[in-house]
Amino acid sequence: MNSQLLIGYNAKNTLLHHLSGSTKLIGFVALSIIGMVTYDTRFLIGIFAFSLVLFKISKITFSEVALVLKVIIAFAALNLIMVYVFAPGYGMSIYGTQHMILGKSENYFNLSWEELFYIFNLFLKYTFAVPLALIFLITTNPSEFAASLSKVGISYKISYAVEIALRYIPNVQRDFRTISLAQQARGYEISQKAKLWPRIIGNAQIILPLIFTSLERIEVISQAMELRRFGCGKKRTWYMEKPFGKNDYLALTIVSLIVLTGIALFGLNGGRFWNPFTR
Amino acid sequence: MVEPIISFKNFSFQYETQSEKTLEQINLDIFPGEKVMIAGASGSGKSTLGRCLNGLIPQAYPGKITGNCIINGKQLSDSSVFDLSFDVGTVLQDPDSQFVGLSVVEDMAFSLENDQRPQTEMHQAVQKWSRKLNLDDLLLHAPQDLSGGQKQRVAMGGVLIDESKILLFDEPLASLDPASGAASIDLIGQLAQRQNLTVVIIEHRIEEVLRGGIDRLVVMQNGAIVANDRPEKILKQSLLEKLGLREPLYLSALKRTGIDLKDCQNVDQVSRIDEPQIGNKLKTWTARTKLGEKSKKITKLLEINKLSFGYSEDQQIISDLSLEVKKGETISLVGRNGAGKSTFSNLITGFLSPSSGSIKFKGLNLLAMSVKERAQHIGYILQDPNQMISKTMIYDEVAVGLRLRGLTENEIQERVENILHICGLYEMRNWPISALSFGQKKRVTIAAILVLEPEMLILDEPTAGQDLKHYTEIMTFLEKIQREKGLTIVLITHDMHLMLEYTQRTIVLDQGNILLDASPATVLTNDATIKKACLARTSLFDLAERYSLPSATDFVAKFIQSEREERA
Repeated sequence: MNSQLLIGYNAKNTLLHHLSGSTKLIGFVALSIIGMVTYDTRFLIGIFAFSLVLFKISKITFSEVALVLKVIIAFAALNLIMVYVFAPGYGMSIYGTQHMILGKSENYFNLSWEELFYIFNLFLKYTFAVPLALIFLITTNPSEFAASLSKVGISYKISYAVEIALRYIPNVQRDFRTISLAQQARGYEISQKAKLWPRIIGNAQIILPLIFTSLERIEVISQAMELRRFGCGKKRTWYMEKPFGKNDYLALTIVSLIVLTGIALFGLNGGRFWNPFTR
Repeated sequence: MVEPIISFKNFSFQYETQSEKTLEQINLDIFPGEKVMIAGASGSGKSTLGRCLNGLIPQAYPGKITGNCIINGKQLSDSSVFDLSFDVGTVLQDPDSQFVGLSVVEDMAFSLENDQRPQTEMHQAVQKWSRKLNLDDLLLHAPQDLSGGQKQRVAMGGVLIDESKILLFDEPLASLDPASGAASIDLIGQLAQRQNLTVVIIEHRIEEVLRGGIDRLVVMQNGAIVANDRPEKILKQSLLEKLGLREPLYLSALKRTGIDLKDCQNVDQVSRIDEPQIGNKLKTWTARTKLGEKSKKITKLLEINKLSFGYSEDQQIISDLSLEVKKGETISLVGRNGAGKSTFSNLITGFLSPSSGSIKFKGLNLLAMSVKERAQHIGYILQDPNQMISKTMIYDEVAVGLRLRGLTENEIQERVENILHICGLYEMRNWPISALSFGQKKRVTIAAILVLEPEMLILDEPTAGQDLKHYTEIMTFLEKIQREKGLTIVLITHDMHLMLEYTQRTIVLDQGNILLDASPATVLTNDATIKKACLARTSLFDLAERYSLPSATDFVAKFIQSEREERA
């Protein structure tokens, strides 16, 4: 039985699958940061296109990520609407000009090209990182996650916790199912036939046995790890870590060039914003 | 003279949390290359002794050490778990929990990763040991895709990769089916010989471990060593029986037929046992003993007709299965992991719905009833009581089912107290459940089901991990409530002893259908079935074959009958 995660690693033979997990993690984090900081629309469109191209190369099928995409789109849309509702005039105050489409600038609710442009920028910022995140999650073997995290400077004990969590998710799911069935036989209704309240009570009865079962397991696991010297040294090596190849250096060079371009644009624009209204 | 690799001298240990010593005055020398089994009932201190070998005592379990313990030249009291892990490789009882990697290779390389070895070295080491342990084809598999036996091999690989010279097994048979258990014991024997290892096995299932050939048997009781000798010597004196441990079944049979073990040679292995008179004595005993008439059960209780179930058309987990269960029967349901045992019981209890077929209970259509309604007729009891208990007090736990069925508090009190009396829990009714032992918790979960007055019980591995005393306690209790309440009991089990001794009918499942439905003695003397369903031959069968008795089945059935009579 596969671990029923929302999205998961899918082994394929593409350039991105062959990159080291650390490269992908560094690339994702670096591009996300520069993209979050900048409001240069040309730059954002650029990396958006770049990440779409990568997504295409990674051969991730739409069906693998459909659910996650829908959730993200819904949240992004909600967020953008809220941004407008709470401050419809914010775009004008950023860009310092007033090109009205609807309403007057004195009213609370109005619509200006500046606001639309600002929201468009936000939209780009929300979306460009999504393909990158999905690429990292789907083209990186979970076995490599911990190694990648540790390589970017996170303590290996914390990094390994991620791996252990992934390892034991199926066990906890199985425990949950077993316990749930036993409680149903006693008479707790958890199925959809029951009303909401009895269902909540029924599910609550699973928690206590589940916690006890898990606690017991944690003790055994930590002993098993100690008996094989986990935590003995300050560092550890990783069997599944992919050594850096030519492509990794190339990829990191491209990422640094993009980040440098982003920083250079701050200087050119005299700030984080690129303002098309005043030229 | 060879120096011992492990040496305890006047060694005692007291856990910080306990008021008395758990180990008292242990003197034990184990020499390089020896295969030693440490046996004893729960609470005898055998696991504590194991924890001293790998250094979990005193590091993870603090306490007071007196006396001396030296392991491969290192003083226990000055060594950490990390230090000792280079000398002693530990394989824990539950190979699933010991599996900390996301795949087989990662788990095998785990300790090398922690030693900061370079990748090329790890690759070579994994390659070497995966070949020796026959794990080559499984390297990239996730733990949930492996069988219990395979997981245990991975666990062995994960410690052998350190090239440590001492291997410690904590109840290696506890979570394996009989066939994998036997394979595992064989493998341990081979490895020990080829790699020149010193092996310490902690187990209470003595017969199975002895089969693999053991140099020395150490028996513990109340924290002290009460026997420490070649297995043959201990067996000849019938010490195990006197100490409340289970002696190998073939030895009980020999004694039953009036043979004095002291006259026999090689009693530690049924395949090598030697004494010319045995054959005659066995034959006379078998001829003299008459099988009693079986009381015929006639009332139909459960009728299953052409039951099928599968998650997809071409993957049938249960296919076209028909079965009749009579009132008052005790049935064992056996078969390899994945044969469909749990799916089958889930179909009966209503956790799953069949794709076709019918199930009738006393003529009523069971399939039309909800899980809750079925639970009033058929109770299902999980292996691990911790997975069933949802309340903190015994009384409440037993009362839950009735409260959910809307009975008045007076009625509930009457029925709960009645059941608590029957289950011997009445005096403890106001105790918190956390204060109970494993066996007592098990009884609470059975009481919580019995209070609903089911006519049939399905128990999943009721005796797993229990020593002889607790095992007998649970089974005597089940036999008692069966007599008193006229229950029908189905035991799902891997324990061949349990199936032989306590059930009258065995149903062997294989690939979703019934492979054989016969008496336990018939099943365990049928080589084809044993092999196909991953069961283990009983040593009684080996004995009967070795002395070419006319019918092995007959001999086994008669021996079991006489055992039962003695018990009653």
